[in-house]
Amino acid sequence: MERQGPLFTAFVYASALLLTAVVLAPVIWLFVMSISPAADLSAKPLNWWPSEIDLSRYRTLLSAVENSAGAAFIASLMNSLQVAGMATLAAIAVAVPAAWAVSRTPAVSWSLYAVIATYMLPPVALAVPLYMGLAYFGLLNSVFGLALVYLTILAPFTTWLLKSGFDAIPREIESAAMIDGARLDQILRLLTLPLAAPVMATSALFAFLLAWDEFFYALLFTSDLRAKTLTVAIADLAGGRVSDYGLIATAGVLAALPPVLIGLIMQRALISGLTSGGVKG
Amino acid sequence: MSGTWISTRAWLLMLPLLVVMIGVIGWPLVDTVRLSFTDAKLVGTTGSFVGVDNYERMLTGSSFQRALVTTTWFAVVSVAAEMVLGVLAALLLNQRFRGRTALRALMILPWALPTVVNATLWRLIYNPEYGALNAALTQLGLIDSYRSWLGEPGSALTALIIADCWKNFPLVALIALAALQAVPRDITAAALVDGAGPFNRFRFVIMPYLAGPLLVALVLRTIEAFKVFDIIWVMTRGGPANSTRTLSILVYQEAFSFQRAGAGASLALIVTLLVTVLAAAYAALLRRAAGAS
Repeated sequence: MERQGPLFTAFVYASALLLTAVVLAPVIWLFVMSISPAADLSAKPLNWWPSEIDLSRYRTLLSAVENSAGAAFIASLMNSLQVAGMATLAAIAVAVPAAWAVSRTPAVSWSLYAVIATYMLPPVALAVPLYMGLAYFGLLNSVFGLALVYLTILAPFTTWLLKSGFDAIPREIESAAMIDGARLDQILRLLTLPLAAPVMATSALFAFLLAWDEFFYALLFTSDLRAKTLTVAIADLAGGRVSDYGLIATAGVLAALPPVLIGLIMQRALISGLTSGGVKG
Repeated sequence: MSGTWISTRAWLLMLPLLVVMIGVIGWPLVDTVRLSFTDAKLVGTTGSFVGVDNYERMLTGSSFQRALVTTTWFAVVSVAAEMVLGVLAALLLNQRFRGRTALRALMILPWALPTVVNATLWRLIYNPEYGALNAALTQLGLIDSYRSWLGEPGSALTALIIADCWKNFPLVALIALAALQAVPRDITAAALVDGAGPFNRFRFVIMPYLAGPLLVALVLRTIEAFKVFDIIWVMTRGGPANSTRTLSILVYQEAFSFQRAGAGASLALIVTLLVTVLAAAYAALLRRAAGAS
């Protein structure tokens, strides 16, 4: 490592360039498609760079004129926000007490492994009864029903992340406060939870990204603008008869924007979360 | 405070989670088992008991066997490629060069892109009439005429695997990089002084640090790849000529397209069993690796 020949250095730079190209090219192309005039995208030979910047699809998708493609897109965007938001809040609400209990009471930790083992279950193993159950309660095609179903993914996942977070907070702090006469609820409220705030925020972001990304259950359990999420709307666009590929690309760019921004900003926390065992699929 | 009170308190705190898990996972799973022994339809009839008919029909049917082969091929090839590319990228990112920090940050991009957006993007790239792949290969003189990459049974699965690898190898790279950064500098320096070549340094000095995290990544990626649905549904829906129909796609078609809830449930449980066996085998492997180091 210390003595590097010029040949080796050249090799490193060439590889780095190649890796950059491999990672960036598809993403840049998605963006270029979204701002290229339709004629450029169907030209042969293909125009790799837009002849002029065309932002019309962004205007189309973000305008809320009734019954337009934009109204449908915005509705699915709102549905995704609502479902992911509600599912995240609910998951954190049930996961925080459970994760703390498991972290402080090793005797019950086996139950956590049972919860985590559910990660292995393919969603298809739950889909039929969930469909029938949601139908029974009138929760098909509803953001509430979908958010409830998302707990199958988010609840085990956040509990796992939060448990490692609580493990990192020394219990001695809690015992010391208890000796000083603090009640358990005071300890949790004034001591443990504030210390756990960063890990709670990371877990919530992870959970939100998971819900934002989800497609299978959303495809099964939603059917129109009242509940259809962004992932389903984009799959519809991609599989439908839309002739303007730029429009599909634009929807993709807009849907990717929140997770990509979160990913870039939260880089460090995400990577330490990923490497500690919680991995998004 | 007594031990009983502490564990009672723990159970009370876990109650909300357990109730939710029983409601959305436990009960549906049990009900899937029940359904798998019936000829229930998705809507309408609740079905009657038919014993192991569904299992028999599924296991001996050609669609299941073909889907199993397709799924295994997809999982093995894509995960193997992701591991190799991931480790190579991590070794590169662990070298010192200008722009290294920026490149490390870029690696998060494919991972952060939603699966459906990734699938849509690659579907556009593979487009038979206007796709970027056809345009690039033609302009480079590598192919004479445009091809339908996702429309031909011979190339569709490979095209899917490439799209899946592109999204997932950066994650393996980031995990491997974190492991590489934990290798103490003086050990690699000592190996260099002792005259160890690059291959031996990788095999005997670096690999012991990589093995653990890579195994975990391998387990999780394999399970994910075995359950694959989203990317295939958006790009090919299992076609052409069922050449990309994986197990999850087959279950979807049985249970929801053909509304055969009972048959779909039995198939879903077979998939679950396969994933569980796979995970158990890996877990044993992990434990042995942990014991060895």
